[in-house]
Amino acid sequence: MDATVSFTLNGKNVSAETTGATLLVDLLRNHFGLTGAHVGCDTSQCGACVIHVDGVSVKSCTMLAAQADGCTVETIEGLAANGELHPVQQAFHEHHALQCGFCTPGMIMSAVDLLRRNPRPSEVEVRDWLEGNMCRCTGYHNIVKAVRAAAVAMGEEAS
Amino acid sequence: MREFNYYRAGSVRDAAKRLGAGGNAMLLAGGMTLLPALKMRLNEPGELIDLAGIDELSGIKLTRKGAHIGATTTHAEVAGNVELRAAVPVLPHAADAIGDPQVRNRGTLGGSLANNDPAADYPAVALGLGATIFTNKRKISADDFFTGMFETALGRGEIITQVLFPIPQRAGYAKFPNPATRYALVGVCVAQFKTGVRVAVTGAGASVYRLTDFEDALDSEFSEVALDGLTASSANLNDDMHAGAEYRAHLVGVMARRAVTMALD
Ligand code: FES
Ligand code: FES
Repeated sequence: MDATVSFTLNGKNVSAETTGATLLVDLLRNHFGLTGAHVGCDTSQCGACVIHVDGVSVKSCTMLAAQADGCTVETIEGLAANGELHPVQQAFHEHHALQCGFCTPGMIMSAVDLLRRNPRPSEVEVRDWLEGNMCRCTGYHNIVKAVRAAAVAMGEEAS
Repeated sequence: MREFNYYRAGSVRDAAKRLGAGGNAMLLAGGMTLLPALKMRLNEPGELIDLAGIDELSGIKLTRKGAHIGATTTHAEVAGNVELRAAVPVLPHAADAIGDPQVRNRGTLGGSLANNDPAADYPAVALGLGATIFTNKRKISADDFFTGMFETALGRGEIITQVLFPIPQRAGYAKFPNPATRYALVGVCVAQFKTGVRVAVTGAGASVYRLTDFEDALDSEFSEVALDGLTASSANLNDDMHAGAEYRAHLVGVMARRAVTMALD
């Protein structure tokens, strides 16, 4: 039942042998060594595994590797460009939006998707959007602050 | 998950053929319910037939008959569609209330209807608006489609292709989400048409159902006041660790009133 899947991974064309039931998050972690997407729950609740497929955020624990065939996949590892943190990463760092860091890759990938759709979200909009991302440490306040600060920074960068 | 074969169908006909070929195959759309169910080994298919590559199954079109939405159109696509927001805002509103953004980015209309989870949002809107479900074989009215808990009128080898939602004069959908799962503890869709009012309830019973005494009251006057004194019966309602039957019955009344308020807004 092995099959080859090919997709664009953080800008590079890649292929791998996989089975029908292999989850995308497992292929990323075990085959490609990209361990930024975490498996917190494996039941689509926690959002630690959030990545982007074809430009939108998805839970990679609830997607088959085979479903990604032909798609564009971006993970947290692809976010920083030329050694510089992405503005959302930078804002998480500055606003102390992480403690243990387990939820952080998923939080950031989810927030990046939000800011693409809504460049200036209100606090309520940020909280609503992060519905599917759980954090056991921070209490969310600094995460929300960081996302809104990133929005401002990205707005300035663009202008 | 037990191992299975993955097959990406090129057309509805191809998928139907494959489904009929034996091998204990199941259809895969967004996978937001199916994949978690397979992880729990609630099902052990030999093959998953992925519908995602079939272009004809996806898309949104408004005509005089109503809103035609392809089976694999995602919740996020419905929630963000500008034309739907103008013509039939209850649909994007309900789609936007499903799960979380990542679930909405992959979950599909057809998948939700075919699964008929007793606490899903779309069945209430489909029944409330009196939708017609088109399959590769026939069309089925929403009144005949939802037959029981996780059960529908779909036959073996039958694939939902699109859903037609008639445009109501006004409509609302109000949901009390389970705080943990975001599924509807109770959700009520109220829709007014020239031909009458329809009220559909999800989350409360084994499957989505219509509330005819509320419909009659709203037929005589479409306002919250018309529901004064009306209560929903708790007979046969779900009674579990999330909520008792009495509480669900109470919520049905509250959500129905909120849905009317939204419709009038
Ligand atoms: S690991 Fe995917 S949502 Fe928790
Ligand atoms: S920082 Fe520890 S889970 Fe979020």
